[in-house]
Amino acid sequence: MSTIKTIALTATAAAILTSSAAFAECGIQGSANVSILGNDFPALHAVFSAAEECAGSGVTVAKNHNKDFKNLMVPALSANPAEYSALTVANGTLVTLMNSDLVRPLDELVAKHGSSLNKSQLVTVNGKVMAVAFMANAQHLFYRSDILGQVGLSANEVQTYEQVLTAAKRIREAGIMEYPVALNTKSGWNLGEEFVNMYLGTGADMFVPGTAQVSINNADGVATLNMLKDLVSYSHPDFLTFDSNATQAMWEGGKLALATMWGSRAVGVLDDEGSTEEVVMNTDFAAAPSFNGGSIPASSLWWDGFVISKNVSDADAEASFIAMMNGISTEMVQANNSVATWLIEGYVPSKAASGVAATAMNGASPYPMLPFMGALHGAAGSELSDFLQGKESAQQALSDMEAAYNVAATEKGFL
Amino acid sequence: MPHRTFFWFIIPSLAAMILFIALPVISVLIQSMHVEHEQVLISAENCGPFGCKQVVIIDTAATAQIRADQPLGRFSGFDNYTNRSHLAFDEVSLAWGSSDSISDFIKQMLNLPFYKALAFTLTYTFVVTPFVIVLGLAIALGVNALPKFAKGPTIFVSLLPMIVTPLIGSLILFWMIDGDGVIGASLQLLFNDPDLSLKASPSLTWMMLIVYGIWHSAPFSFIVFYAGLQSVPADTLEAATIDGANRWQRIRYVVVPYMKPLVVFITLMQLMDNFRVFEPIVSFASEASATSLSWIIYQDLTQDAQLFGSAAATSMLTIVGVTILLLPVLIRTWRDFSRTAH
Repeated sequence: MSTIKTIALTATAAAILTSSAAFAECGIQGSANVSILGNDFPALHAVFSAAEECAGSGVTVAKNHNKDFKNLMVPALSANPAEYSALTVANGTLVTLMNSDLVRPLDELVAKHGSSLNKSQLVTVNGKVMAVAFMANAQHLFYRSDILGQVGLSANEVQTYEQVLTAAKRIREAGIMEYPVALNTKSGWNLGEEFVNMYLGTGADMFVPGTAQVSINNADGVATLNMLKDLVSYSHPDFLTFDSNATQAMWEGGKLALATMWGSRAVGVLDDEGSTEEVVMNTDFAAAPSFNGGSIPASSLWWDGFVISKNVSDADAEASFIAMMNGISTEMVQANNSVATWLIEGYVPSKAASGVAATAMNGASPYPMLPFMGALHGAAGSELSDFLQGKESAQQALSDMEAAYNVAATEKGFL
Repeated sequence: MPHRTFFWFIIPSLAAMILFIALPVISVLIQSMHVEHEQVLISAENCGPFGCKQVVIIDTAATAQIRADQPLGRFSGFDNYTNRSHLAFDEVSLAWGSSDSISDFIKQMLNLPFYKALAFTLTYTFVVTPFVIVLGLAIALGVNALPKFAKGPTIFVSLLPMIVTPLIGSLILFWMIDGDGVIGASLQLLFNDPDLSLKASPSLTWMMLIVYGIWHSAPFSFIVFYAGLQSVPADTLEAATIDGANRWQRIRYVVVPYMKPLVVFITLMQLMDNFRVFEPIVSFASEASATSLSWIIYQDLTQDAQLFGSAAATSMLTIVGVTILLLPVLIRTWRDFSRTAH
């Protein structure tokens, strides 16, 4: 009897101790409800799980990983009170939320609880902190050093897309691979992203500065399209169905020698699943190539960060901020060092992150944070496939893109 | 039936129809005639992990005021219907004027998103529907002739394509027809062409989608015809046999006439269903080669820049399209009905 009593007492004491430990660790005062929404990939699982540790003693933490979070977020945050108090977003998604005025400035919370943040993690608009970034991503070059070696090339000789084309030609002529190149060229968002990346490599603006007037129908646009077409001529004819999952599978299957893929896929390629030793050992990463004599990588830099909803109580907002700070703590990074290119203190860059780091170092542009960027991205994604299939001229494709953008931007109230 | 009784009899379904059909359609119609407010843009400095940049942002306070004044957005009349994303009146008349031949004109038309989608949607509808009817009847006749013990299992297996969720079914096929998939690799072997890809060329993509559509819908018409076959009177069939009719003649002159109302029913259902073709386009990732009206609506609603007015306009045009397609069948049915009523 007394044994049972002792056990029960110990258990209660332990429970009290643990909850107060969690309380002390996160420092959330009083009771609050935290609910987090975000995309569904390993790095965010790590962040959300660490944030979840703040639950207990009147604090609830709920999380929702959803691949379609982009479609959920505006309606969910428009409600008052909002369905989610915190969200993980990227460059493009933050713009969508700001367009509808759904996120709150974080300056006070950063001053109070954000002492561990690097200044570069703060995403500001007109001086006000709107988001806290914690990881970076970009498309960059994946290459097979063994295959480049077989055609007598080194890593230094694939620094521009023109050189990539030469390498691809040699690989094809040597009979090693008929289709050594791949980009994420699936019609729609992926293809739009390839256009944006390549166009940014020219260094030119996509819009007349300060306006929503698009300016891509020019020599830079033609050069961009021609390079994309030259590259896909070394891709398998199915290239208009290639998304990240497809290109990663082809890479791991040893069917590619040169590919432009997301940095976040590097971990998956290097792990011991789904591929052969030969492929994994010889996979290397480099900055996204430049092209057309440009000096910067033809790629766009992306960050992932968190925001706090506008339509929640100040107490919940503060609790959410603290929970998310716990989610992006140095301890979390140390436990999950290799799953992403973290921007957090304590991160030790791994091989998988080297491509993203090199792309950023070489001066690639961030993905444009403009309210009408989505309309152009969409227009590029749907209007380029005819050109890449050889059904129309670059000029025609650019005019189509411009026309499609103008219709969408007019309906959105930008023109 | 007295009018009063009839009225009370019909009111529940009438109310449901107004609530669930008429009101949503009216709301979509209103939505289709509006576009978003003019956005008030201001310039701002945006800083982040990759440095600072001068950008423009939406002045949300000013925009909120405009939105409060006009919650529906700006009235745009039929602009959403006539713009380039839909009926594209200006572009079509320009194409008509500038093209030197009919084929050039058609090529220019197919460069416009709505007409590109319409071309595939109509082709799909008019190829799949007759195939489904003929194939469904053939399977039904075949199964009907089977010995009793084999019927159950055969019916179950024949229904499988319809039981599989379209999105999943087409995704499975998508991987099967991949160059490394069982169908794709077999075809490459068969035609001795290692580069043969069903996903690469528009014409092969169209064929693949149509074959998928027939595969998916044939079980529906099969099961309807099979049920119908059970009601064909055995006496008539026996009499025909005694008169010396062979199997083909019995089918042609006895069975098919009995099946006629079912053919009308299946045609109606299939025209409607096929005109709304959507899932295979998503699963087969075929948007570069084939799009449909439903796919355009989906695209408008899920891309980064969501276009509600545009999606609403395409929805209304789809309703108009379905109505035009069904009109001949409906008129016919109405005539038959009036004839029997008198």
